[in-house]
Amino acid sequence: MKPAAFDYYKPETLAEALSLLDEFGYDAKILAGGQSLIPMMNMRLARPPVLIDINGVPGMTGIEVGDSEIVIGGLTRHYMVEHSAEIERSCPMLAEGIKLIGHSQIRSRGTIGGSIVHADPTAELPVMLTALGGKVTVVSSGEERELTPEELFLTYMTTTIEPNEIVKSVHFPVIAERTGHAIEEFTLRSGDFAIIIAAASVTLDEEGLIESAALCIGGVDGVPVKLDEVTDELIGQAPSEELFAESCEPIVDMVEPEKDIHASVEYRKDLCVALSRRVLKKAADEAKLA
Amino acid sequence: MTEKTAESSRLKTITLKVNHKEYTVDVEPRMLLSDVLRDELRLTGTHVGCEHGVCGACTIMMDGRPVRSCLVFGVQADQAEIVTVEGLESGDGELHPLQNGFWEKHGLQCGFCTPGMLMTACHLLEHNPDPSREEIREAISGNLCRCTGYQGIVDAVEYAAKEMRERAE
Repeated sequence: MKPAAFDYYKPETLAEALSLLDEFGYDAKILAGGQSLIPMMNMRLARPPVLIDINGVPGMTGIEVGDSEIVIGGLTRHYMVEHSAEIERSCPMLAEGIKLIGHSQIRSRGTIGGSIVHADPTAELPVMLTALGGKVTVVSSGEERELTPEELFLTYMTTTIEPNEIVKSVHFPVIAERTGHAIEEFTLRSGDFAIIIAAASVTLDEEGLIESAALCIGGVDGVPVKLDEVTDELIGQAPSEELFAESCEPIVDMVEPEKDIHASVEYRKDLCVALSRRVLKKAADEAKLA
Repeated sequence: MTEKTAESSRLKTITLKVNHKEYTVDVEPRMLLSDVLRDELRLTGTHVGCEHGVCGACTIMMDGRPVRSCLVFGVQADQAEIVTVEGLESGDGELHPLQNGFWEKHGLQCGFCTPGMLMTACHLLEHNPDPSREEIREAISGNLCRCTGYQGIVDAVEYAAKEMRERAE
């Protein structure tokens, strides 16, 4: 369980990090929090010849909450989001979901940008980014571009980020008025990888009817799956337990999870329905209070 | 170039503070912080269990936060402030209340997970001097123990929390 040898670089600026990426291309991996990369290296599932440690790069850590958007630097650690009062006010889903990531030891080191580019489809951040319609800003020496979750996530652990690019920041929308958020996951033990994870956002109009809603599930495909066909049906209706139970029933036929040692296909489908119903109900209840 | 010279050409010099003492060592970048502590600094109190971030036995405090030392490279600890289980007892050899608690409440059997449990619990009590049993369980959920069934550990942390509160009064 020792990693293979590699050359280690510790750039002091973003420009320097990017030029190292230009130089080494596919041979280099970015080391941010290392909480997914280092286990893979310890098990020799990954043996990058070059590591570029960006932990010394200034200006990539921090949380800025604007009127409509939250900008989180790519190197911001999970615990910083977890303990941010501003995040709790401006994005309840993020405040809740960040606590579900690993354990406190993992959240001490793990970064927001790292979790996003690791692109585990059952991981909390990719699911929340997809549910809320966030964005990711990536930079290379030549350009800077913004990607939606749909443009970013390709399949299991795979994104459209090029080998010469780094995640500069991750953007989440500030919660709108009369809106509620909820996120829930099913794990075998606290802090484990989720078997199924669901996140929802519900906005009510002034009469208390559903104005808009979003639902995203992780653990059924190579990327987080947004179920617009479920939430489109909710628009204009009064939120109720019965409504959500009825509208989530067809999810059984919409998702195609794979079985493994932990759970069968049928059980995963049941989880999708149950968790979807729960997060939609909870988000609607929160929206009423908002 | 032989393997040996290739390795030595990669050596990096780092300076880190462990339990308030400064050390300067040459490390290969691939050397995990857990191995730097144990093999280079001979601080073998930090235990190495799974070496992929699952068991929590290698938990240390790094710049005031609990960290798995098997998921950090030694080179990344340059200029860091680290506390290991050896740093818990006071200078005159008196045990930390948590260590006392583990003693009194049978918080260990084989002792392999204990250093990680102690460091994790230490961070909990710094931030929450009066945790519920549920909060203690949540805090140690990233640390595996295969002997005790955790009851004794939860009792030990509760015992230490009480002792620390009484001392503070």
